[in-house]
Amino acid sequence: MSVKYSSITKKIWMSLMGLFLMVFLVVHLSINLLLLVDPSRELYNTAAHFMGTNPFIQTFQWVLFLGFTIHIILGFVLQIQNWIARPKGYKIKAKSEESFFSKYMIHTGIIILIFLGIHFVNFFFRVKIFHTVPDYILNGVNTGMEDMGIVVVKLFQSPSYVIGYVIALIILGFHLDHGFQSAWQSIGVNNSKYTPFIKGFGHLYAIFIPLGYIAIPLVIYLTT
Amino acid sequence: MDLKLKIWRQADANAEGKFVTYPVHNISQDASFLEMLDVLNEELVTNGKEPVAFDHDCREGICGMCSLFINGRPHGPDDSVTTCQLHMRKFKDGETVVIEPWRAKPFPVIKDLKVDRSPFDEIIRSGGYVSVNTGGVPDANTIPINKENADLAMDAAACIGCGACVAACKNASAMLFVSAKVSQLALLPQGKVEAKRRVESMVAKMDDLGFGNCTNTYACEAECPKDISVANIARMNREFLCAKVT
Repeated sequence: MSVKYSSITKKIWMSLMGLFLMVFLVVHLSINLLLLVDPSRELYNTAAHFMGTNPFIQTFQWVLFLGFTIHIILGFVLQIQNWIARPKGYKIKAKSEESFFSKYMIHTGIIILIFLGIHFVNFFFRVKIFHTVPDYILNGVNTGMEDMGIVVVKLFQSPSYVIGYVIALIILGFHLDHGFQSAWQSIGVNNSKYTPFIKGFGHLYAIFIPLGYIAIPLVIYLTT
Repeated sequence: MDLKLKIWRQADANAEGKFVTYPVHNISQDASFLEMLDVLNEELVTNGKEPVAFDHDCREGICGMCSLFINGRPHGPDDSVTTCQLHMRKFKDGETVVIEPWRAKPFPVIKDLKVDRSPFDEIIRSGGYVSVNTGGVPDANTIPINKENADLAMDAAACIGCGACVAACKNASAMLFVSAKVSQLALLPQGKVEAKRRVESMVAKMDDLGFGNCTNTYACEAECPKDISVANIARMNREFLCAKVT
């Protein structure tokens, strides 16, 4: 049985999942920033331990995986359909004024997907599958928590990893710059009063969220 | 002014097309783009050659027939005009002008620069009308309609269905056209009755015909000769969402 969804249904799901992932990015960043607030890593490790063991968060984790999966699969499906819709292109590339980063959503999306894979191998799989994260020792006492902070700090002492991380986060910013306002348009929010605010907020979100993430490896690399 | 034209020539829908270069001379800056092509065609016919086929009708910017992709833009370098209202003063003497047909899977080339835009008619036939009995012509203001909605419906109704939105969109999406047609009816009481059924069937037809998905690039709005707003696309998304969940 084939299930057929309309183009708008797919776009609405794509947008809802995108907005959901944007909220997740804020939560993730706020936890990451604890590493800068408390260099002893106690706050960060406590937060990571809570996220890794709290039953509600653990259940919600599967919703997050589902969100990522739907967003990624729909991204590919929509792009393939769009390529099929214009089998022969123009001799002169279209010069129409358009949202700049909208042209590169599939490209930036694929780079973010690769980054996500590396991120999973470096952090999620290490703690959940390989169990290669050391215990967190505080004042000579084993706290019983994994020392996720030291995993982060060690990775961020590698210049090549820091460069790759910074580039990936800049590309995430490009993706978010179009994605934020586009998501609202797709779910039908376009209004002369609110749209300028949504677009402005989207630009700021796409700048400051990646900047927040980028600040962490830079500070760790330059101070440890 | 003198120009070098690079024009897509294709004998019929199944033929392999190619670009052919034609020089044109002594073109008035006050001539319209189509008049310039008329001059070229007269010259071709005089020399016993096949004239360039292109769509045109009213030449007043209201019928939506003219449809040329000129130097990378639907309807050429001027804003908010159709090809027939584009004038040669927008080009430089000696310039090379590349003229292509609209490119989209649902708009196959019929000949040279003419494409088959009947898929737009199919979308309209699928629901772009009012079929409920609305009675005779009512007296003015019998049915109160607020000014804001009347203006929005009128703006949406300005769409002439030329297909520039599809031509400009990197995905060959027809969302601006379909949303304008959905909006102009959904905003008015006569059209509201069938709004749910209309939006579902018009979107389904649009998808079946093979138009691409909207990725909110807004190239359609930038190139629309009638300045149809992408707010109509958001309205159609809302209408569609409401139709599905209610």
